[in-house]
Amino acid sequence: MASHLFCGRVNLNILREAARKDLREFLDKCSGSKAIVWDEYLTGPFGLIAQYSLLKEHEVEKMFTLKGGRIPSAAVKNIVFFVRPRLELMDIIAENVASEDKLHPRDFHILFVPRRSLLCEQRLKEKGVLNSFTNIDEYILDLIPYDGDLLSMESESSFRECYLESDQTSLYHAAKGLMTLQALYGTIPQIFGKGECARHVANMMLRMKREFAGSHTQILPVFDTLLLLDRNVDLLTPLATQLTYEGLIDEIFSITNGYVKLPPEKFAQKKQGEGGKDLPTEPKKLQLNSAEELYAEIRDKNFNAVGAALSKKAKVISAAFEERHNAKTVGEIKQFVSQLPHMQAARSSLANHTSIAELIKDITTSEDFFDSLTVEQEFMTGVDTDKVSTYIEDCVAQKDPLIKILRLVCMQSVCNNGLKQKVLDFYKREILQTYGYKHILTLKNLEKVGLLKPQSTMRNNYPTIRKTLKLWMEDTNEQNPNDISYVYSGYAPLSVRLTQVLARPGWRSIEEVLKMLPGPHFEERQQVPTGLHKKRNKPVILVKSA
Amino acid sequence: FVAYRGQTELLGPLRKIELYEMGWNLKDGLRECLVAAAPYGGPIALLKGHYRRSPSARPQLEIYSSSGLPLASFPWKSGVVKQLGWTVSDDLLCVQEDGTVLVYDLWGGFKRHFSMGNEVSQSQVLETKIFHSPYGTGVAILTGALRFTLATNIDDIKLRRLPEVPGLQEAPSCWAVLTQDRQSKVLVANGSQLFILDNTACTPVTPPGLSPQASSIVHMCVSFSYKYLALLTDSGHVWMGTSNLKEKLSEVDTKIKTPPKQMAWCRRPKSQQPSAVVMWDGLLIVVGECKETIQYHLDDDSVLVPELDGVRIISGTHHELLQEVPGACEEIFKIASMAPGALLLEAHKEYEKESQKADEYLREIKEQSLLSEAVRQCVEAAGHEHEPETQKTLLRAASFGKCFLSNFPPEQFVSMCRDLRVLNAVRDYTVGIPLTHTQFKQMTVQVLIDRLVYRKLYPLAIEVCRYLKTPEYQGVSRVLKHWACYKVQQKEESDEVIAKAVSVKLADAAGISYSEIATKAYESGRTELAIKLLEFEPRSGEQVPLLLKMKKSPLALSKAIESGDTDLVYTVVMYLKNELNRGDFFMMLRNQPVALSLYKQFCKHQEQDTLKDLFNQDDDHEELGNFYVKASYKDQRLEARVALLQSAVDEYYKAKNDFSAKTTEDEMRLLRFQRKLEEEKDEQLVGFSLQDTMTTLLSVGLHKHAEQLYKDFRVPDKRFWWLKLKALAEKEDWEELEKFGKTKKSPIGYLPFVEVCIKHHNKYEAKKYVSKVTPEQKVKAHLAVGDMEGAAEAAIERRNESEISTVLSRCSATTDHLLMERLNRAKATAVKK
Repeated sequence: MASHLFCGRVNLNILREAARKDLREFLDKCSGSKAIVWDEYLTGPFGLIAQYSLLKEHEVEKMFTLKGGRIPSAAVKNIVFFVRPRLELMDIIAENVASEDKLHPRDFHILFVPRRSLLCEQRLKEKGVLNSFTNIDEYILDLIPYDGDLLSMESESSFRECYLESDQTSLYHAAKGLMTLQALYGTIPQIFGKGECARHVANMMLRMKREFAGSHTQILPVFDTLLLLDRNVDLLTPLATQLTYEGLIDEIFSITNGYVKLPPEKFAQKKQGEGGKDLPTEPKKLQLNSAEELYAEIRDKNFNAVGAALSKKAKVISAAFEERHNAKTVGEIKQFVSQLPHMQAARSSLANHTSIAELIKDITTSEDFFDSLTVEQEFMTGVDTDKVSTYIEDCVAQKDPLIKILRLVCMQSVCNNGLKQKVLDFYKREILQTYGYKHILTLKNLEKVGLLKPQSTMRNNYPTIRKTLKLWMEDTNEQNPNDISYVYSGYAPLSVRLTQVLARPGWRSIEEVLKMLPGPHFEERQQVPTGLHKKRNKPVILVKSA
Repeated sequence: FVAYRGQTELLGPLRKIELYEMGWNLKDGLRECLVAAAPYGGPIALLKGHYRRSPSARPQLEIYSSSGLPLASFPWKSGVVKQLGWTVSDDLLCVQEDGTVLVYDLWGGFKRHFSMGNEVSQSQVLETKIFHSPYGTGVAILTGALRFTLATNIDDIKLRRLPEVPGLQEAPSCWAVLTQDRQSKVLVANGSQLFILDNTACTPVTPPGLSPQASSIVHMCVSFSYKYLALLTDSGHVWMGTSNLKEKLSEVDTKIKTPPKQMAWCRRPKSQQPSAVVMWDGLLIVVGECKETIQYHLDDDSVLVPELDGVRIISGTHHELLQEVPGACEEIFKIASMAPGALLLEAHKEYEKESQKADEYLREIKEQSLLSEAVRQCVEAAGHEHEPETQKTLLRAASFGKCFLSNFPPEQFVSMCRDLRVLNAVRDYTVGIPLTHTQFKQMTVQVLIDRLVYRKLYPLAIEVCRYLKTPEYQGVSRVLKHWACYKVQQKEESDEVIAKAVSVKLADAAGISYSEIATKAYESGRTELAIKLLEFEPRSGEQVPLLLKMKKSPLALSKAIESGDTDLVYTVVMYLKNELNRGDFFMMLRNQPVALSLYKQFCKHQEQDTLKDLFNQDDDHEELGNFYVKASYKDQRLEARVALLQSAVDEYYKAKNDFSAKTTEDEMRLLRFQRKLEEEKDEQLVGFSLQDTMTTLLSVGLHKHAEQLYKDFRVPDKRFWWLKLKALAEKEDWEELEKFGKTKKSPIGYLPFVEVCIKHHNKYEAKKYVSKVTPEQKVKAHLAVGDMEGAAEAAIERRNESEISTVLSRCSATTDHLLMERLNRAKATAVKK
């Protein structure tokens, strides 16, 4: 079920199990048959914790999506709302409860994810339905184990909230999540950070630590260091087009909560020779994580190295199938048969990824993709970042997707530490005239969060940062990489470089550059209960981007 | 029976230990008093003179420790009390005739009151019993209407009215509360009939083997554990059996036919022998398994207090414990006992006398390999002894025996020493909690600490915690918190002194909830002190509710912000919004940017108008402009949209944002233009971007209008050329396209012309533009129209290696091999260079 969580250096299944336990406990609290009414946003993150089978074991018989009006009839004893603490959702719940059939009342419960909210309960009270709930509880789901080496909050709007709306709720959740993590994996002795948000998270963690003073966890620390980084320390990386296999899947088809939806045509069964008759119309949904052996192998490869890896794998698999001719004795045949399910799984996995790789290749070999990548790389290496780019201009004229234009313009702005007023105004006018004046607010928002900005009197310090941190590497080896820059075929993500330098030789060596990046940088130490200090060869660093 | 001296008296299989000589000075003893003593050596409450019902003489309520030391005394001013009783947490319950129950702490402080329901207050209380169960302390009432009302837990009152008892004409002869199958039930005797009442039914029951000569059951009692039941009949027989009435244990004739004053079980856990105590005036009879009874004379009016492992007898002067002799004690102290423990005790005595007999005794034990058993017996017996001297003797003997044992686990001995030290300390006359070791183990250290805290014996409680190494959280910290809660209520000391004292004492104690202490301070009217104490609270979340309650909203707001919990901030903000007038509210937010931005977020979703007011107050013209722009998109009517955009323009100018202002003016202009054209040409345009508008115009042939927009809005040439090129190709208006291409030199070059034509499958038109393409793009242009020769020509001319390779890659080996040779040759020279 969750084999992908065992493969990393830290067993993240402990966290998942803890989360599952809490879920079971809550479900059992509402005894009897039940229907869950979902805040649709939550179904994705919950999928990473528990499948429907777990819910079913605890008498969940029906699932509905939260919407106004009356909840569909279902012969269940309990109605359980799984919701984020948001006022607009409370209004819907109130409507649901108020229009419940008075003759066959059911018990109502609310599970707030990830935290209870006084504000929401107040709203329910104002609507006169607060007393209708038998249980009001919270389900703390902050850091979700995503893969063997990755925890995610699956909170897609936190950048917007923090930087545009000055709403730091997600940082509070992050701090709480890190406290939960420490309760399960021991106190993290060192905390490093860069940026305002990182500072805020660290402060909250230290404060929370004081709040729990006295209840020391007697657990050997698993993590040595926690590194907190603000997203705005490294705005460049997310703007650049990802070039690893997984990255390109995300760029082209977008991965949400560990799943990708793919065009079905490529995956149609072509067996009985009735091809083309009934092609599936539903997109094909695939789960992507390290539990799949082949995917674990190729996900992080540069796409240019994926083809070779796939054909090598194909040979191994067909060789394995050929083995059956060598199986002579009953024992050998038995051995072969026992491996068959695994081999068949491998074969279908290979078929899937070959199809995906073909879909991606159609795009990466296009002239358009190449031209756009060339411009990106020019920006990243600092070529002509202070002028209007003809390429962008042409793209606007062709009315290419707005997101592509914005990504490129922002990238140019970041790589030039702001654009000349004239250049900026030109781009803005071009965008507004082509895509509509309503985007004046879009542009203002980009400026507010710093993705787009006019050049200040300050010198452009991007070249210094690039050189000191070696953000651009010539002759990157895409096939057998020895440096992280292979992931963007030349560009090494700034946040990764900060992590590398921190590990060795330490941030003191890059003080100058750290000062150029926004926000304070800091270091905190947390007391580990005596007797829990441990010497280890390889430090485990937990990196958390706010 | 030599070994028992002094205050312990043996009565057959029972022993009577004098716990205290009472410290109180009662003129009339316990006569005419309503008495209630809490189990587990708890406090004693007396209501004196409550039988005298004259308005002039008020009854006096007095509370004492088990040793008779006064804790509280005050005149009773409320209604007629029918019953007194104690809760599990040492609170005194006074049940009045009208069914009101008043709750006092053991210092006589009034805590609260509750009612047992309308039915009870109407028909009045006839009799009451206060009982304890795993669910807490309960109250059972028999009303004047001969109905029972029951509350199982007074901290969570759920009144239950039990079914009627058939044929009940007057008060039943006796009744008791039972806890069975996780339910509290009432056992009622009406003459010789016996009924069990539960929530739903009244079931007649018959005790197996009850003597037939009885015509009425006059008294009954249930054991401490609710497992056993004793019934006394009017013929003087005591029937003993299990409380489920399935088994009879024994029946004894007391030969006394007058109704007794009290009856109680006297039985230790796991004992095989049933024994009950029945008390009349001046006489106490113990009945057991055999026909013989033990009679015991009482000098004074007394009260029986049933305990887990015996019965306490409280009289006006003395306090005694009557219990079955514990097995280990009996083994050791029985005359001429040869039990290993007894021999070990002897051995140790001889050893102290430096006599060689010690060795003989020891050898005797060792020969039977019973030494470890002997040690265990001595340790256990020590636990059951009340005299420290006896305890010491037994423990010394055990320790002596231990020397001759290897690998004997020390835990039992060590923990017994510790337990006894604690027990001796709390049994002390000044403390007055006469717990037995069995009771102590049952009630746990936690509860003992609570009891000490209720008695305000903080230093002793802390000592006990430290001595027993109770985890700080449940031990010392908890005691300190109680101490602090008490401390803050002391009116005579100043805020500063108390705050300092509390902070110094509690400084490094783990897990202290300062907000709880502060709440206490606030409840006793000391707001300033509460604020001072809250400063010590590390959990901001805990500070906020109290600060709000104390109307310290600015402080509450900043604490909420400090916590980082945005929900808490919202809670305070919403509170303030209701409390303050709008102006003050906005002012307060202004000083707290975090709260302000959260509130703006709230308004954005919930109260758009307030959002506008906020921007207005801050003269935030930029945001106001944005606000109007957004509003303009929500409005369907064009006039309204334009008006809103005009407001936005005004605001942007005020914000000195010329770009935004001009852009918005452009937008208005475009809207007006679109509408005008819509009216004139009947073409859907409003809402299109400038680019899309021009595209539409060109596609329907309104070239002039498109040109006008191009000029009016200063559209860059490049983009306009692209636009026109594509629009004309789309319409396949090749003639117009050619004209357009010749108007002036193309700002986008001519390669796009070639490519767009090809895209529309018109190679003929495409070729027209190839010659105009710049040299750098020539190869591409030739390739686009499929002219391999031309492409090769251009590439060779430019001696560009990569271009030559591109052309080569497009050549087909069968048809173009001559060309390929040329290209390869050119490539070779290009590389050389």
